[in-house]
Amino acid sequence: MTDIHVTSGKAGPTGGSRHLLEVKDLYVEFHTRDGVARVINGVSYHLDPGETLAVLGESGSGKSVTAQAIMGILDMPPAKIPSGQILYKGENLLAMSEEKRRQVRGKEISMIFQDALSALNPVFPVGWQISETLRTRAGMSRKEGLKRVVELMDLVKIPAAKARVRDYPHQFSGGMRQRVMIAMSLAMEPKVLIADEPTTALDVTVQAQIMDLLGDLRRDMNMGLILITHDLGVVADVADRIAVMYAGRIVEHADVRNVYKHPAHPYTEGLLDSIPRLDSKGTELATIKGLPPNLMRPPTGCAFHPRCKYAKAVCTTETPRSLDLGHGRTSACHFAKEMLDGTLR
Amino acid sequence: MFRYLVRRFLQMIMVFIATTLIVYSLMYLTGGDPIQALAGEKPVTDLQRAQLTVKYGLDQPFLVRYWNYLTDLLHLDFGTTLTGRPIKDILLDAWPVTMQLALIAILVTIIFGVTAGVIAGIRRGSIFDNATLVLTLIVIGIPSVVLAPLAQYLFTIQWKLFPTTASGDPTWYELVLPGIVLGSLSVATAMRLTRASVSENLRADFVRTARSKGMPGRRVIGIHVLRNSLIPIVTFLGVELGSLMAGAIVTESVFNVPGVGFQLARGLKTEDTPLVIGIVSVLVIVFLVANLIVDLLYAVLDPRIRYE
Repeated sequence: MTDIHVTSGKAGPTGGSRHLLEVKDLYVEFHTRDGVARVINGVSYHLDPGETLAVLGESGSGKSVTAQAIMGILDMPPAKIPSGQILYKGENLLAMSEEKRRQVRGKEISMIFQDALSALNPVFPVGWQISETLRTRAGMSRKEGLKRVVELMDLVKIPAAKARVRDYPHQFSGGMRQRVMIAMSLAMEPKVLIADEPTTALDVTVQAQIMDLLGDLRRDMNMGLILITHDLGVVADVADRIAVMYAGRIVEHADVRNVYKHPAHPYTEGLLDSIPRLDSKGTELATIKGLPPNLMRPPTGCAFHPRCKYAKAVCTTETPRSLDLGHGRTSACHFAKEMLDGTLR
Repeated sequence: MFRYLVRRFLQMIMVFIATTLIVYSLMYLTGGDPIQALAGEKPVTDLQRAQLTVKYGLDQPFLVRYWNYLTDLLHLDFGTTLTGRPIKDILLDAWPVTMQLALIAILVTIIFGVTAGVIAGIRRGSIFDNATLVLTLIVIGIPSVVLAPLAQYLFTIQWKLFPTTASGDPTWYELVLPGIVLGSLSVATAMRLTRASVSENLRADFVRTARSKGMPGRRVIGIHVLRNSLIPIVTFLGVELGSLMAGAIVTESVFNVPGVGFQLARGLKTEDTPLVIGIVSVLVIVFLVANLIVDLLYAVLDPRIRYE
């Protein structure tokens, strides 16, 4: 599957991008008392309407920070964006005034968070929270807002929506709370929805329901969906493309089926091997040895080399560039081609 | 909510019985001869003693006497002082004054303490934050026995801005300085509490959510943060108002304000046991009611409490 280039965004003055959303060579660093942590090191990805991009990686790989940079909700300081562009419909969000940027948040690009219990305000009824943007930004009256809230809650399949608008977040189950969160993010009908580990805090059965819901909404509303997760199993059915992140870089970027069939980066391969399978019952589960690097003092060369089972001398000295493998596929490994051929040992 | 109310009310009744029992036992245990205390220096004949013993029910067992005291209390009969004046009259005179004073003090606390706390909480680490930290530490460090006379000296004698002492029936103007002194003691606490609460809520996940919804900064702080920060602050202010209503012995004595604390100090000085017991009993009730109101307010402010 190749990328669908929909020219919904006119080429803007800064970018000339044909994508709905495009992150271009983004760098983010955190300035702390102990030094500078370079958490995002040249990340680029793009998203088109109606498409799902899964951003995969361990904790600390920079997947959430990239999302927060897109939303413009990073605390600066300590965060700093020394270079890079985030183009929405061709316009660079990073060059916008805060007021203009605020208009984009929630209305054009919306975000849902991992833990809906803490992400919702405990002292306001859910109906109030869902309708907040409608009342303050879309100019709806309380009554109109309430009517729309019930529609939104129906849309995300919360049973007895009408009776529950006055309930508080703590009165909902985990799955229902995440649905409230989703309803809230959809209130202004955004073009891009960023879901930051939306199912991590939920039971497995509920996880599947939420993923299905997100998939359906994405299709029905023709939204671009960025799905941030550390769970490869979750993304297989929903995602169109996958971007695998490691130590603030995208190490592999490809069509979802290609990744599962032939990973082009040792890290992706490691992630795939560590998924428990029914047919591997009785054998020990493979893991990636070692820990993600300390971003204050990243390893020289390829950041993954200390944990890579194929690491060679060149990996410790030279940072691999993102290699174009065709069909929109890239891999940041010196031996990406060998990996695909199956000749890497 | 109804169950919470009932449970909270039953709790209050139990605390009321326990505290009054302690107060009454203490009076009982102090010993002494109440009939001689009543007669003063005059001799008491056996016949008089027997009569008075029966009249005041002193021949009854302890629990019966406690029960009588309790029922009198509930009928708002606090007895008379040793000089024969009904304690109820004294309280009726003193309470409005103390309430005025408490109102000024709580306003001072809210205007200076809470406002400064909100600003310091938002601008953590700023000059304002550090300056108020130093100032509040100084104020916390000065006990009221020092602060009250110091303020009195500076503002009334040195700069002549306020009257030195209050009159028998004090005006608002006469109560302003004692009110500020009384309030400044809780300003520091209110400020630290507000600052901590605001800065904690600023880092909460729901603030990030509100921002990602595109809410402007003033709405994020003014509504999302403040509404949550209010919960501990209101609790503190309620309890504080309760203790302010109980009168401030030092401040009222220094400024000669004829409030509850002043009367209590007088009762203690003249060893007027019935007066002291009467006032303390009422204070217990005021405190309990203040706490009840705070808890109910807490349930109104925090929906998570309501439904537990």
